[in-house]
Amino acid sequence: MMKSSNLIKVGMADLQVAAQPDVLKSAGLGSCVGVTLFDPESRVGGMAHIMLPSSDIAREGQLNLAKYADTAIPELIRLMVSRGASVKRLESKMAGGSQMFAFSTGSDSMRIGPRNAESCKTMLSKYAIPLMAEDTGGNHGRTIEFDCSTGVLSVRSVQKGSKEL
Amino acid sequence: MKEWKPLAEFQLDVLKEVGNIGAGHAATALSNLLDKPVDMLVPQVRLVPFEGISESVGGAEEVVVAIYLRVEGETPGNMFFILSEESAKGLLRNLAGMETEKEDGFTDMELSALNEIGNILAGSYLSSLADLTKLNMAPTVPALAMDMAGAILSYGLLQHGQMGDHALFIDTKFLNGEEEVEGRFFLIPDPDSFDVLFSALGVTS
Repeated sequence: MMKSSNLIKVGMADLQVAAQPDVLKSAGLGSCVGVTLFDPESRVGGMAHIMLPSSDIAREGQLNLAKYADTAIPELIRLMVSRGASVKRLESKMAGGSQMFAFSTGSDSMRIGPRNAESCKTMLSKYAIPLMAEDTGGNHGRTIEFDCSTGVLSVRSVQKGSKEL
Repeated sequence: MKEWKPLAEFQLDVLKEVGNIGAGHAATALSNLLDKPVDMLVPQVRLVPFEGISESVGGAEEVVVAIYLRVEGETPGNMFFILSEESAKGLLRNLAGMETEKEDGFTDMELSALNEIGNILAGSYLSSLADLTKLNMAPTVPALAMDMAGAILSYGLLQHGQMGDHALFIDTKFLNGEEEVEGRFFLIPDPDSFDVLFSALGVTS
């Protein structure tokens, strides 16, 4: 019998790991970046909804690893390996990192979206994980769904419609 | 390192009153613009997980029209005036007495009008708070976006993200009953602004 898939929600500053046939979903990404990792052999997938580029600026007591690019990606890898994924086989896709509002004042926090995406890429290259596809930047929100059966990342936006990566 | 310490009941009451005064002035400004009565609900002060903020406007994927501005000065923070597309059209209709031109979305002129309405309302919200607290609070030029609520509101939570997974915000709902124009104000002060606000109002923790 085919197992029916579950839709697993990944909230803001959250990360989740799942396996075939489940689907991971993050809704309403703005400057946040949704990063997915996938092992096509074991069909284990993971998604992190990353809010900030670096944990250096964290002032919280108990660090939420899922929130920062530099901590979320290692944590996602660790959890996926414990579910049977191999680091060597991992592939990545990402979406988000837009600038929702354009300002001329240009303080650093205004550029947070692009910085999130850059920081994710730096982390991925550190682990030699290839970035297969991305839909980042712009000034619109996105909802993403990652299918652990196929490794397809669907991206939906209000202004730009839907696409599959 | 500083974490959220639970606020005392009287501190929440003070924040509620801050919302009441600010939004009250904004409601009056809106009422003057429309030349119609505008009701507002008692402001709510909430410390909620990030997800909860967009839940309060119908979920992260709900499409909303939002006017955002950054509050600068002694108590920096973020401010949003949020409308459903339906309400935004109602507001334009009420204000200009014209049907909106496009079935879906807005023309540039309409967006510009909405941006200006948001600017006027947010400005009157803030200037009343500045008068009350004698603190310097200046709004930046507003920006408008029509997109998913989650994508928009998350922008106001970045400063809170450095401290935890919750944000404290003041939420006020506006209603223009018979015409069904409904809007919400979110004031999300930066975490460090609360102490300044409390001491300016003479309530120290």
